[in-house]
Amino acid sequence: MSTEALAEPPKNYEVRPKSSGQFEDDMGELLEVSMGPHHPSTHGVFRMDVVLDGERVVKLKPVFGYLHRNHEKIGEGASYLASMPYTDRLDYFCSMTNNWAYALSVEKLAGLQVPERAEYIRVITAELTRLVNHTCLMGFLVQDMGALGTPLMYAFREREKILDLFESLSGARMMCNYMRFGGCRCDLPTGWLEQAQKVVDEYPRFLDEYERLLMGNEILMARSQNVGVLPKELAVSAGITGPMLRASGVNYDIRKVDKYGIYDRFTFRVPLGDHGDVYDRLMVRLLEMRESLGILQQALKSIPDGPVVDPRAKLRGFKPKAGEAYGRIEAPKGELGFYLISDGSPNPYRYRVRPPSFVNLTVLEDMCLGHTVADVVIILGSVDIVLGEVDR
Amino acid sequence: MLGEGILKGMVETARNFAGSYVSKDRLTTVEYPEERIAPKENARQFPFLVFDGNDPMAGLRCVACQICEKECPPKCIYIEKSKDKKPDFVGKMQFYPATFDIDVSVCMSCQICVEVCPFDAIKMDQEYELSNDDRFGGLLLNKTRLAKSNEYYGKMHPQEAGAIDESRLKTKEAAEAKVKADAEAKVKAAAEAKAKEAQPPTAPPNKGA
Repeated sequence: MSTEALAEPPKNYEVRPKSSGQFEDDMGELLEVSMGPHHPSTHGVFRMDVVLDGERVVKLKPVFGYLHRNHEKIGEGASYLASMPYTDRLDYFCSMTNNWAYALSVEKLAGLQVPERAEYIRVITAELTRLVNHTCLMGFLVQDMGALGTPLMYAFREREKILDLFESLSGARMMCNYMRFGGCRCDLPTGWLEQAQKVVDEYPRFLDEYERLLMGNEILMARSQNVGVLPKELAVSAGITGPMLRASGVNYDIRKVDKYGIYDRFTFRVPLGDHGDVYDRLMVRLLEMRESLGILQQALKSIPDGPVVDPRAKLRGFKPKAGEAYGRIEAPKGELGFYLISDGSPNPYRYRVRPPSFVNLTVLEDMCLGHTVADVVIILGSVDIVLGEVDR
Repeated sequence: MLGEGILKGMVETARNFAGSYVSKDRLTTVEYPEERIAPKENARQFPFLVFDGNDPMAGLRCVACQICEKECPPKCIYIEKSKDKKPDFVGKMQFYPATFDIDVSVCMSCQICVEVCPFDAIKMDQEYELSNDDRFGGLLLNKTRLAKSNEYYGKMHPQEAGAIDESRLKTKEAAEAKVKADAEAKVKAAAEAKAKEAQPPTAPPNKGA
């Protein structure tokens, strides 16, 4: 555009932003705001086009794709093994569950059997990941409500202990790249189970502390109760999964439904919410952590000795026979699935990720309508998104 | 009572604040440059090349088979095979890498190169203080900078390195025994041939007679 064009506004120039018309209010003008964590240095960039009437949201359009990095196409060009470290980067809080979901679908494709001990290790690491994710989410969500610092620092202090466990197991704190097709990469280091047992034993103390710190807090209740209600029917029809769906009162947990791995051996309950608001979503995650601790206690007691990887699994030259497979697990954020089509070559013909955060984001507008700008922030926080997974 | 929950939370904060003076469990940070947490045994940063003996270039275990280059997910390894060959630890003639570069600004520390290497030649380092003011050259490690001794690796992973050394020693002994047996067989064959030669031929060929 030339400078002359800028000097004179076009003939039909309107100062008022255009709106769809159905929210048009005679009393005032609608204001369009671009909201979201869109500073380039944050690790997730996301934008919401919010149309406001006063302080009320009348329209919201999530805009994403800023962190798109061709994950699925890269997966189609790379060998099966080479995609494994990339799955760590999908939801970088939960690399262990991402590894598991991918390994599960490749195992389905190639017909590999996972040894007993590896299954136990997988359950233990996945539940520890759930603890990490929910702990962090609670810290972040409370920070979004304005409790800057303290709750998040407490959450990170506890997360650190689990990350230390991951580091001594896999070598990395966040990008674990630990699971392999047909098992796990290496056996547990000596003394790891005792360390894990110690962390698991001490964790309820932190949860009690956190509950005392926040859950009875009147400000938190005022901010989060009856905010961002997600009705049961909408949650089901929109394909929402994970704690968000269960906070709306739908009893659907893939650990119970699919019984993948060895989840049928553990007794645990699935916490459900009543109202489907932000407070319920927070509370469901807190209760879920307690159930995870129960699973961990059972798994740590009964883990057998043995090999950790299927001897038929090959690292180099891995070529599953032609076919397709969909493996899904209950990741901390919801149903995480990998859909693979093999044509018998060393790399998948089609590699598709079904990310929970992305699907859960689709109901953002329905939850935000009629709420204030400050509520939009915490509703987005309660969805529990990681942009690495949303944009892929 | 309104505000009870807030007060309860405040008590919790106060307890943590006071506790941080007495309980080490509540104060988890260390003052980094002065105080360092020792890395965990499994901790991994970037790959390095293992060499045996005293000469880093002569003792490199890498035989430039380029498996790691092919398997590396972000393709950060660049290898050029040598034209000539040199004897490896068992005395077999092998290629060696004329160029072996790892761009650590691309490397994502996934450890796949280590897993696929059949020669135990590439391992993960625990060195993490790699900040550099040269963005390109400083982070492109060539084979001189990558080569680190087997003792260094042994210090990081005593058990694994011990097992690898033992198996290599066994292979070497087996190879030496084979060489010795071959040499003996050769000597024996030569002696037999000599003995045959010494015997006068029973029917000398009378060509052209």
